[in-house]
Amino acid sequence: MRKLLKNEGVQAFIASILCILAGLLIGFIVLLCINPQGAGESILDIIKNFFTWSRPASQLKQFGNTLAKAMPLVLCSLSILFAYKVGLFNIGAAGQYVAGACASLYAALAWGWGWLPCMLLAMAAAALLGAIIGILKAYCNVNEVISGIMLNWIALYTTNAVLTHVKEQASPYTLYLSKENPSALLPTLGLENLFSGNKNVTIAVPLAILAAVLVWIILSKTRLGYELKATGNNRNAARYAGMAENRNIILTLVISAALAGLGASLLYQTGYMRWECTQSSVPTMGFNGIAAAFLGGLHPIGAIFSSFFIQHITDGGQYVNTTFYSPQISDVISSVIIYLCSFVLFIKLAMRRMLAQKDEKKGAK
Amino acid sequence: MLLLIQYTLIFASVLLLVALGGCISEHSGVINLGLEGIMVVGALGGALVMRSLATSSALVMVLVAMLAAALAGMLYSCLLGVAAIHLKADQTLVGTAMNLLATAAATVFVKAMNTAANPDKPSSEIEYVYARKLFVVNINGFEFNWFMPVAILAVVLVYIFLYKSRLGLRLMACGEHPQAAASVGINVFKMRWIGVLISGLLGGLGGLCYILAGVSIWKFENGVAGFGFLALAVMIFGQWKPARIAVSALLFGLFRALSNTYTGFPFLVSLNLPGNVYNMMPYIVCLIVLAFTSRASLAPKAEGIPYDPGTR
Repeated sequence: MRKLLKNEGVQAFIASILCILAGLLIGFIVLLCINPQGAGESILDIIKNFFTWSRPASQLKQFGNTLAKAMPLVLCSLSILFAYKVGLFNIGAAGQYVAGACASLYAALAWGWGWLPCMLLAMAAAALLGAIIGILKAYCNVNEVISGIMLNWIALYTTNAVLTHVKEQASPYTLYLSKENPSALLPTLGLENLFSGNKNVTIAVPLAILAAVLVWIILSKTRLGYELKATGNNRNAARYAGMAENRNIILTLVISAALAGLGASLLYQTGYMRWECTQSSVPTMGFNGIAAAFLGGLHPIGAIFSSFFIQHITDGGQYVNTTFYSPQISDVISSVIIYLCSFVLFIKLAMRRMLAQKDEKKGAK
Repeated sequence: MLLLIQYTLIFASVLLLVALGGCISEHSGVINLGLEGIMVVGALGGALVMRSLATSSALVMVLVAMLAAALAGMLYSCLLGVAAIHLKADQTLVGTAMNLLATAAATVFVKAMNTAANPDKPSSEIEYVYARKLFVVNINGFEFNWFMPVAILAVVLVYIFLYKSRLGLRLMACGEHPQAAASVGINVFKMRWIGVLISGLLGGLGGLCYILAGVSIWKFENGVAGFGFLALAVMIFGQWKPARIAVSALLFGLFRALSNTYTGFPFLVSLNLPGNVYNMMPYIVCLIVLAFTSRASLAPKAEGIPYDPGTR
């Protein structure tokens, strides 16, 4: 038991579970403060999400919807964690995600491209934004958080302007992909049969898992990953050891951004969501990616599970009793979780100290 | 033209207040990326007061609303203080969490309040038409806002605090070399708390100023549109010095004001650019300016590094 507790991975897992529990508890307290009557029921609805439906078939269908939205989140959290492992905080992932949405939707609707070229273009567009942040960071010493936020807003307004050309006449939403250009929809590979015919479950699921595995391999098994992490740890030491530190910084942000762009393509090319051209705030997907990345213990495989969890409670927020509460309660819970995740290091340290003290006592006896 | 000056001054006041907050916090050694969230909470605090003080004199209204915003901001900044000063958390992450939390919590709160008042209208908006009239004085079409002199006063006070007072000089020492400061008996934890709390105060005021800038109804779902980060850019462009921050706030305020008023200039309208371009302008200018000014940065040396009394 004690040996198990000393394991780094187990410690991270315990810390994440603690964060989740505390986050849910605080969410519950907030609900209680607003209205004590329905609080217990509503927090259960958030946790249950699609299980609130009674028929198994509709449960499966809603499960498919959550899964479809969780996959882009996996990519966003991979984007964040990839950069973070290299010592960069890519808050610009939100904007890179927007750029990806812009490129894939425009290529699909205006030029009638197939799904793969659209996806690649989304990655390229996002990577371009990442490269700007990287170049500014490497050559001009601009803090990547601030340039990232600025680019988020620039990307949002550009996307609104560009996608206005392919929007419906009567509404601010872009045209239906399924009507205009079905070839841009991601293939489902028969996956929809597993989810009571939910066509939103597509090749995105295996692709996202593949991406997570790839990121894991790159970071922990390759020379490139080693060099990137070394640059993140100490830029000057990396240069001294003969690594091209500027190139590494830019490359990191390009890869990280391409992941976020892929995430957007995995959502918008399922046809599940359409872009609203009058949107006045950056979509929260990229920011939720931060929560998922840290909740997953900054491990690519952990990110898959934590992303699903975050999306699960975000969707669960739709089921709260809206006569008293608003769905944004889920955002409160996930942001509390992010806040608590910043103490993970502290929790781990406390656990280690406790174990060491016990060992010492044992030794004294 | 008058409108452009008016909007430039009011947006500059917002940026100035918030940037000064960030400046003091960073001089004490804590990077405050949660300013955006602090602004939202400050705005909420002020808006609640403005709503409940339906009939009161201008003086009471202005003072109480400002006080509420400042207090709300300070209270919220404690989240950063606890995490960054005592628990040695990653300050970037804490700030981000605070920004997300503020918008989400404010939305939930305002919606709950509005639903309680009228179950058919679950909106996240607060209206303060009457209160806004008390904050502005109309001089021949120019809307003078009481926040303008407050912002100027803030620059002077912050300058005196940082460079002429004993407390301020000690606070700055903690951002440059906390171990050295501690070795001569300065309490680094206390100084950093003062820095964080003042940034909360100024950030909260800035938030209230932002929602009073042009409208008299605010939708809390929207947050403050990256203004907290623009303020940080203003601070960097101002090289962490109050007077320079004031000048750069004016510059950024001008570009933000253009997006509100470009339709009033025949020259700009004739360019026939889409409105989105003007919306983007402040952010683009910010990137360009940062590219040229960040290299020779005069940032406090120990900012962002949790203080550990054990290291020398």
